Amino acid sequence: MTAVPAPHETPRATEDRTPRPAPPLRRILAHAALETRLILSNGEQLMVAIVLPALVLIGLRLLPLGRIEGVPAIDTAVAATLTTALISTSLTSQAILTGFDRRNGVLRWVATTPLGRDGYLGGKILATLTTHVLQVVVLGILALILGWRPELAGLLAAVPVWLIGTVAFGTLGLLIAGTLRTEAVLAVSNLVFLLLVAAGGVAFPTSTYPRVLGGLVDLLPSGALGELMRACLASGPFSAGSLVVLLLWAVAGVFAVLRWFRWTDV
Amino acid sequence: MVPAMDDHTALVADDLTLSYGARKALDGLSLTAARGEVTALLGPNGAGKTTAISCATGLLRPDAGSVRVLGTDPWRASAAHRARVGVMIQDGGLTSGARALPLLHYAASLYAAPLDVEEVAEHLGIDEFARTLVRRLSGGQRQRLALALAIIGRPDLVFLDEPTAGMDPAIRRRVRELIRALARTGTAVVLTTHLMDDVVGLADSVQVISRGRVLAAGSVQDVISAHRAADGALVVRATATGVPPEVAPVLAADLREVAARHGAELEVTTGGAADLEAVLLDLMDEDAPTVHSPAEENLT
Repeated sequence: MTAVPAPHETPRATEDRTPRPAPPLRRILAHAALETRLILSNGEQLMVAIVLPALVLIGLRLLPLGRIEGVPAIDTAVAATLTTALISTSLTSQAILTGFDRRNGVLRWVATTPLGRDGYLGGKILATLTTHVLQVVVLGILALILGWRPELAGLLAAVPVWLIGTVAFGTLGLLIAGTLRTEAVLAVSNLVFLLLVAAGGVAFPTSTYPRVLGGLVDLLPSGALGELMRACLASGPFSAGSLVVLLLWAVAGVFAVLRWFRWTDV
Repeated sequence: MVPAMDDHTALVADDLTLSYGARKALDGLSLTAARGEVTALLGPNGAGKTTAISCATGLLRPDAGSVRVLGTDPWRASAAHRARVGVMIQDGGLTSGARALPLLHYAASLYAAPLDVEEVAEHLGIDEFARTLVRRLSGGQRQRLALALAIIGRPDLVFLDEPTAGMDPAIRRRVRELIRALARTGTAVVLTTHLMDDVVGLADSVQVISRGRVLAAGSVQDVISAHRAADGALVVRATATGVPPEVAPVLAADLREVAARHGAELEVTTGGAADLEAVLLDLMDEDAPTVHSPAEENLT
């Protein structure tokens, strides 16, 4: 710390010093960059975003689990892995990041800055999608090494499913972050993630579940997303019902966040 | 009666009320803040200072009354308005997983013409912990970083909620100099504090807040003067003008609490109004006598 003049007093000749906001896109990109860095630089977040999905990939590739008859094991493994990766980032990572932001007063502070609440959410969505792309690249490379030979049509079909799934799980993550205490946010978001992956129609097709249970799991966002990803990436049967279920979760999630998300911790 | 908004006035709050359930956080609070001045909101914890700032920064909407900040209703503020108002919130508002200097760079990128980040970091000593994670910073370091975030956009008006809490004396002096420098260059500074020390020698005007309303307002000398008696005891003299009789004891109690925290005695004078008789009677009931001395040294 040195005895320099106060920042306001430093002369600066012709530059316009009127306080004004940066352009909206720049603000949102700045926030997206901050959040992406937070996810990628945090060991626990990386564990959930990359390591756990990678374990799912390797496990399903090597063990005789979660397979669909006539479909290469690597294809069902990739579908399950990318679904796991999507849920980890959209739900768990975002719930934890946002929950801490809420407890630390960041949500209040951003609302007073040019970023605002809309910009904060915009940046968050962009950060989630960016992280997803990085996850797909890393896990995709691992899958290629393990023998995955993707088809372009299937990959393109997965894009809209991916976007709807991001909304459904992202809003669920925000709802957990915006309604529960921080300690509960950590526990609930991790528990929900593990339960959905293990028993929510992600790692194993719902057709392998007992009949009644499978019907119920089909109604979960994880079950619907898992089935749709298998339809796109593992020659699974396309179910319009799954698409409707996932869309309903996404729409309900948006309304629930608008209705119940609390920006303060009181 | 509050003055109308003019070019000199940055903040006008008029008769604000706000309740959390049955508890009244603001109870007819009115205040103003001028450009180029430091306005201190002084009062004990729970007096309504933070709630008043939250209304002025658009975080809370008052149940009744009006607030204008730089001529705008903060509840409907645009990004352009928010760029003109800097806010340091009480518990920091800092992203716990970010590092100190990158967080300041991020905040600067939200503005079109921010201050020089390195310069602000050096001035507030943030460069000493530039790469440290926010969650590992000490309370004082967090305060400095939060202050930097509040001023990085060159605001016309800046709200600082308890800005020097948790700082060591040297840093505290530095921050006080910075706050004075901001006011000198035309920024309206509104700060809250429950410490008399923060007000004396720093604020141009002070508003004593208790139970959600302003009980005394004016220059620091008008409202509070602190004297050192011959035997070294600190005497605080508070002037409350136009205080309704029913709230006068509340004012006295709260001021006494603040004074006691500093080991000071308290005098309350009426400033000509007769309605503080109750306060004086109340004070006379106290065991601790007020210290008077002709050799008092005016510390203000």
